[in-house]
Amino acid sequence: MENWNENKSTFWIFALPGTFWLVVFFMIPLAIIWALSFGEQVSLTKTEVTGTLEHYIRALGDPVYLKIIWKSIWMSALATFFCLLIAYPIAFLISFVRGRLKMILLAAVILPFWINLLIRTYALIAVFRSRGFVNFGLEWVYKTLAMDRLFGPFQPLELLYNNGAVILGLIYVFMPFMVLPLYASIERLDKSYLEASLDLGASQFKTFWRVSVPLTMPGIVSGIILVFIPMLGSFLIPDLLGGTNAQMIGNVIERQFKAANNYPFGAALSFLLMYATFAALALRAWHASRSKGNDV
Amino acid sequence: MKRRYSPMMTSRRKFLAGSGAVAAGLTFAPYKSFSAEEKKINFYNWDTYIGETTLDDFNSATGIEAKMDLFADNDELFAKLKEGNPGYDVIVPTNDYVERMITADMLVPIDHNKIPNFSNIEKSFQEATFDPGRKYSLPYMWGTIAMGYRKSKVSAAEADTWATVYESDKFAGRIALLGDAQNVIGHALKLLGFSLNSKDPAEIKQAEELIIAHKKNFKVFADDNGQDLLASGEVDIAQEWNGDILQVMEEDDDITLNVPKEGGLLWQDCLCIAKGAPHPENAHAFMNYLLDAKAGAAIADYIQYATPNGAAKKLMDKEYINNTAIFPGEATLANCESAIFLGAEATKLYDDAWTRINAA
Repeated sequence: MENWNENKSTFWIFALPGTFWLVVFFMIPLAIIWALSFGEQVSLTKTEVTGTLEHYIRALGDPVYLKIIWKSIWMSALATFFCLLIAYPIAFLISFVRGRLKMILLAAVILPFWINLLIRTYALIAVFRSRGFVNFGLEWVYKTLAMDRLFGPFQPLELLYNNGAVILGLIYVFMPFMVLPLYASIERLDKSYLEASLDLGASQFKTFWRVSVPLTMPGIVSGIILVFIPMLGSFLIPDLLGGTNAQMIGNVIERQFKAANNYPFGAALSFLLMYATFAALALRAWHASRSKGNDV
Repeated sequence: MKRRYSPMMTSRRKFLAGSGAVAAGLTFAPYKSFSAEEKKINFYNWDTYIGETTLDDFNSATGIEAKMDLFADNDELFAKLKEGNPGYDVIVPTNDYVERMITADMLVPIDHNKIPNFSNIEKSFQEATFDPGRKYSLPYMWGTIAMGYRKSKVSAAEADTWATVYESDKFAGRIALLGDAQNVIGHALKLLGFSLNSKDPAEIKQAEELIIAHKKNFKVFADDNGQDLLASGEVDIAQEWNGDILQVMEEDDDITLNVPKEGGLLWQDCLCIAKGAPHPENAHAFMNYLLDAKAGAAIADYIQYATPNGAAKKLMDKEYINNTAIFPGEATLANCESAIFLGAEATKLYDDAWTRINAA
């Protein structure tokens, strides 16, 4: 039997495309941005890397930037939590139905991907604005129940241009990234474990917490990471759905690369965000290893 | 800076027919090459910012094939050309970006001997503070930032001062401001009696505090859809580019616009040749053609922006010339200011203030 250890050339040929991709499209751009964050603008079009720390000092010196990063973190965390809450039952449902229906449900999750993000977000505006479909529907119910005679004319709900709208938009846009890894791990879950648990007297609730959740934990973790990290850097959704204080760190960074024309500061902010993400991941890993130690 | 769309965009069929005609014109353009340059030109322009058949007509008149690409805002234009010209000849930056690009050495001087139609331009537009002697830029269209509002909700007197937006609580939650630092802070500076282009940190701070104090009154900082919010009834007042509001005025009689008495931003989009342009000869011919009386009138008629072309204006109907939403009165214009390029330091001041305003 062949062992890849003994057939190194085959291994390297297969590893080449991936390595190429990682280096050219990930490591090099990241290195450029990292270098830029220590740069100084010498003219409108040129930046020289001088090793200055002024951009980090500016970002950490004014509490407003840390405040915005913190806000981005809790908004994303909240949206990720709701994503998980909604996606888990969906993924469970998809993995338990059979045949055609399964295909249809999977397609329903994936189909929105085929429509441009910008257009989907504009569609949300049409749904939630004061004179949008949700308010039209509510008004119809309100009038049908003759509530306008009791409480006066219908007041449309202000559903857009606030933090709630941004969180809703984030959940809506990133939901498929949560459903798919969850579905993959639930699909792999050996359903006879669930039957065994129920047969041996555990309640549905207990079976879910003690069997389903631990066994699908890899899917939950990868779903959270896949959803939380892009949410943290999003700028289009707060821009379109948010009110006057919806600004997330992605908006500030985008502005540095466009209107403010300050690449080094934008680069420094991007890396601060990245360090924060790394710190969160490291904390999780540390926590995981510690709790494992306690179990033993 | 974000952008304004043409009021004429309402007719999609017209637009499609127009682009079809352009495409046909481009496809069947004869490849005759008598001069040293190939008969081509690459035009980088705003969306729906040229006459329906202008490129086609230019092709019939000169045999030069004009290809047009679109950008959405000045920042995009600047970012695209910053790392080197990808092949554009004629570009259409706004006045402060003309200045910025001159400073950054991104434009080619214009040979005025090749632009005889420059005499069509009104005297006041033949000079420009941002480009003395018009060495790098020719005026294309101009306009203002104004207050768009619902006549049924807002009185004409209230619409005549920025205080209604920045100070009064009467329209709390019914106001949309623009979505960029310089315009939102700039018009607050105007209200406070300062220059729209102030570089004084104390004045900028004062404007920042004014905006933060009344922030609860603003529904949204709308990047480029204030006119839609106004039209859909989401807000009663929108600070917007005049061309954008004109677009919804066509559809809704209750909407109108006014430049408040403190004045607003006066903008001018210019035709420039980008450094490294592959066809500078044709670029001159093309710019000269756009300044032609008949061609200029056809463009203005289609896009409904104010033209600086006096000869073209003579060919236009009264409805266009007397429209105060397109051409504000002299008294109003006297209080308006053009944006100047502020330099890196002041840009940072505005950006920091804007970050704090948004985070407040």
